[in-house]
Amino acid sequence: MIYLTKHLIFTYLLLKFLPNRDWRLEVVKRERTYLRGEKHTSQEISLQPPTANLQQNPMKPPPFKYHAPTTLDEALSYFAEYGDEAKPLAGGQSLIPAMNFRLAQPELLIDLNNIPALAYIRATDNGGLSIGAMTRQRQVERSDLVAKHAPLISSTMPYIAHIQIRNRGTFGGSLAHADPSSELPAVALVLDASFHVQSQRGRRTIPAKQFFTDLFETALAPDELLIDITIPAKPARTGYAFDEVARRHGDYALVGATAVVTLDQAGACQQAQLVFLSVGPRPVAITQATSMLHGQTITPNLIDTVAEAVNQELDPPGDIHASVDYRRHLAKVLARRVLTVAVNEARDYKR
Amino acid sequence: MTEKYPITITINGTEYQREVEPRLLLSDFIRHEVGLTGTHVGCEHGVCGTCTILFDGEAVRSCIILAIQANGHELKTVEGLTPNPTLENLHPLQASFREAHGLQCGFCTSGFLMTLEPFLAENPNPTEMEIREILSGNICRCTGYQHIVEAVKLAAEKMR
Repeated sequence: MIYLTKHLIFTYLLLKFLPNRDWRLEVVKRERTYLRGEKHTSQEISLQPPTANLQQNPMKPPPFKYHAPTTLDEALSYFAEYGDEAKPLAGGQSLIPAMNFRLAQPELLIDLNNIPALAYIRATDNGGLSIGAMTRQRQVERSDLVAKHAPLISSTMPYIAHIQIRNRGTFGGSLAHADPSSELPAVALVLDASFHVQSQRGRRTIPAKQFFTDLFETALAPDELLIDITIPAKPARTGYAFDEVARRHGDYALVGATAVVTLDQAGACQQAQLVFLSVGPRPVAITQATSMLHGQTITPNLIDTVAEAVNQELDPPGDIHASVDYRRHLAKVLARRVLTVAVNEARDYKR
Repeated sequence: MTEKYPITITINGTEYQREVEPRLLLSDFIRHEVGLTGTHVGCEHGVCGTCTILFDGEAVRSCIILAIQANGHELKTVEGLTPNPTLENLHPLQASFREAHGLQCGFCTSGFLMTLEPFLAENPNPTEMEIREILSGNICRCTGYQHIVEAVKLAAEKMR
């Protein structure tokens, strides 16, 4: 009995924290088999040593169908036809590892890497920035245009995994994947980015606030593809900051925070945005605590007060990487750091 | 058996044509199809960095790219650093790893070398912090990294 209890607790935890709907469905499927008293019959798990049939079959991911369209229209026609069965392959830096573990087993991969029209960085007419979804993260990191129009994105890029990953991983892929511990969703939310998505039914724009709906889930319909992300123009007297705490450089953040602060001409706070990552199923924007800053001259004491208050709006998970209390502590410390840096940068603002 | 597709990949200047299933990983293509076993496979999910190769000149992890995605692209593996290696003509990175004891068992070394080659080309005079940052994507269980850092400094000196 105690084993069954333990087993159920473990399964519950798996379901609670498994990031991906496919993975959770797989757990449910296996759980039903277990409770019926049957042994695992899943073919994907073999107890043979991995070398047994290496020569004939050195594959890791399960079989899938593969299309590599060269135009957006062609890609969209696949998603219109196959919907949920088709999975877009962008940089693949999260999807392929999940497939190697056979946690993700898509029927059909639509490889977007041969559609050059989806990779670009452009300034928009109103001083903002437009980034094609298939632009490599490393290109975004190196771009002078991004540094000029969206300095927060430039300074955040080095926190994302490692150079080998950023050379391949894409800007839009990371956003559409919507991992709650990844940096770009939080940054897109704090910058109030717009997500342009397209399907054969047409094109629509989703504001960042509505894009991230749950753990690894977005407002994208199964036949829709993220095409472009637009960052609004940089306001005057504005400062930006991003910071995170991870065990090792490039690891997933235990907690991360990003802030944007705009001052008015008298130096008082006009706008303050604060967003956390790795504290819940999606990036979390603070609204109550930051409202204390509006209209005020920001002092270190005021920042301390705000930092103390952020935890009233957070409900971070505890896991083997960090306890709830430790995450709350980090949230407070990071709130203080990013607000301080952003305010100082806003004060130093020169036209 | 799923359908196989013909692909052509250039590795270290040589063209290889094979028919592959879409699910074949690039690391397995390099090792099993082409027989270039200098590229090692550690974790197979993009964490350890051992399988790092150059894809159109940029360091990437070959275990989380499909071979079919490299169709028409140019790769460089550790075998491409020095075509016919002898002790005398080693690439400065390889020579420095040897001289500064940047390896013990050697399993991770090819991944380190392929990460470092484009890094030193772009940044010929790196600080220790920059070196440690670029090394953060590769795991070595023997050296404790200190000797690898020394090896990179030595290589940078040799290549300047």
